[in-house]
Amino acid sequence: MRRIQLMPLGEVPAQLLAHLCKQLPKELPAYYEILPVQPPPLYAFNADRQQYSSTEILARLAASITPTAWRVLGVSCLDLYIPILTFVFGEAQLDGRCAVVSANRLRQEVYGYPPDRQLLGDRLLKEAVHELGHTFGLTHCSEGTCVMASSHAVEWIDLKSSRFCASCRARTLDLAEQAI
Amino acid sequence: MDKKPSLLIVDDELIVRDSLSKWFREENYEVHAADSAASALALLAEHHCDIALVDIKMPGTDGIELQSRMKAVDPELIVIIMTGYASVETAVTALKNGAYDYVTKPFDPDDIAHTLKNALAHKSAERENVRLRETVAAVAKSQELVGQSAAMRHVLEAIETVGPTEATVLITGESGTGKELVARAVHAASPRRFNPFVVLHCGALSENLLESELFGHEKGAFTGAQYRKKGSFEVAEGGSVFLDEIGDISLKTQTDLLRVLQEHEITRVGSTHPLHVDFRCIAATNRNLEALIEEGKFRCDLYYRLNVFQIHLPPLRERREDIPLLADHFVHKFAASMNKPILRVSPEAMAQLVRCPWPGNVRELENAVERAMVVAHEPELRPEDFSLKLPGSEHAARTLEDAEREHILEVLEECRGNQTLAAEVLDIDRVTLHNKLKKYGWKKVTADSL
Repeated sequence: MRRIQLMPLGEVPAQLLAHLCKQLPKELPAYYEILPVQPPPLYAFNADRQQYSSTEILARLAASITPTAWRVLGVSCLDLYIPILTFVFGEAQLDGRCAVVSANRLRQEVYGYPPDRQLLGDRLLKEAVHELGHTFGLTHCSEGTCVMASSHAVEWIDLKSSRFCASCRARTLDLAEQAI
Repeated sequence: MDKKPSLLIVDDELIVRDSLSKWFREENYEVHAADSAASALALLAEHHCDIALVDIKMPGTDGIELQSRMKAVDPELIVIIMTGYASVETAVTALKNGAYDYVTKPFDPDDIAHTLKNALAHKSAERENVRLRETVAAVAKSQELVGQSAAMRHVLEAIETVGPTEATVLITGESGTGKELVARAVHAASPRRFNPFVVLHCGALSENLLESELFGHEKGAFTGAQYRKKGSFEVAEGGSVFLDEIGDISLKTQTDLLRVLQEHEITRVGSTHPLHVDFRCIAATNRNLEALIEEGKFRCDLYYRLNVFQIHLPPLRERREDIPLLADHFVHKFAASMNKPILRVSPEAMAQLVRCPWPGNVRELENAVERAMVVAHEPELRPEDFSLKLPGSEHAARTLEDAEREHILEVLEECRGNQTLAAEVLDIDRVTLHNKLKKYGWKKVTADSL
């Protein structure tokens, strides 16, 4: 069975990981496994920006992924960035095997609202499916409700669903079948 | 026709180029990256780019200078300057030099995505505006196809039939019959009508110039090629190219043109990079292409490519019943543009217009009406306002004897001096002919008299 590993990077609420484990197979059928919690990725910490480089985290994930893992998804609550952008919700290797997502900027409290666990879980799920979609070679989709639609702000994440549109689903399934 | 937008990233920092490249690839852009001004210009020479993100601070040529040089290569390129520190001076300098916008690093993901989308939408709206103006002009022009004769009805039906298809159209007809108007009408009746209609008068250009006009050229491709120039097929992207006077192009250009029509690919002069082009070809000629093929001056394979659907425009003398309609149409047109209260052509003048041979066809008629409109003072155009050469008008002042003499001599010349034969043609006996010739002082030209 294809195995997708969820790797907590630093402290991640257990219910968030459990939510992902339960919901992800509905969109990307596979055996999901939660790996032991890893220490915060200090190697990727940028003291000037007080943020973690998602690109460096991806490089570490790629170096450590085991042959038995089909994909590995780093899950974190840390604030991620790439050099050119102020932040990212996640990053993935396009057509690769590794991806990382962060719940940090998906939290309502970042935007001055009261915490909302359900909403946070939904947003993280969408970002997880989205980044894993990139590992299947999918680029951003022009279909607004498709999970692969580009979303650079939480409002856009809330507008889309956690599901692939028919076209992206077909491509994902094709690639998944080729990988077997 | 939904192509990926192409983006050129210019930054001397590898990490910036890499992260921007990756991010924009996921955003469905075709991405090129350059680490210096020189490599950016080289990339731009090889690839078409819609938009460039240029770092302001680079060793050697800085972003502001580079943007001017890039604009010189491709004036349509959208340049967005990236700065590490936002300052009013850099922003003003960048915008003064033609940058679309400037952004401060690091970017908010939503902001940069919107900046690029807006820039592309703005450019696309500008192009759309130009196209719509051209379409309105084309539709307005095509309404000048005036006529109710059977021949013109046939032409209008042909336009209606072939317009909505993708078929290549060959329009034939004498000079001045309105071939370009028909081409515009075909374009206006096609689904491509909101895209450009590009006209190229092939006969007016030398071989080299025509090649450059058709296929475009790269900067420095030849002396005087200071800028990259798009050819007609590129400019017409999604629209139609009208190649007028197609019978006048050289055999070499015919070969190149045939390849473009077959492959829908062009290579700019001075480039090795083929480009896909989406256009419909409409060609026209006043020459007999089949005769040119026989003379070896026109490629028959190109002729068959062009002659998928032929529309023949009859000369005006073969549709005289349309002359009053056309004349009235031109009177109204020029009355409006000259602001003159002239309403019609008088019946006497119209009778003369109908009798005229019009070797220059509708164009000549239009010019005649325009000229008459200039000199006319009456509420209608009168015969004296026109300077028409009517058939037989040069003979009006002759005597019967003059006419007889001229006719007899013409017949005799046609019969090569054979008086017996000429008498038969004239239906008079030989002696009568002989007497008349004597009277007119005609002498047979023989070898001895030379």
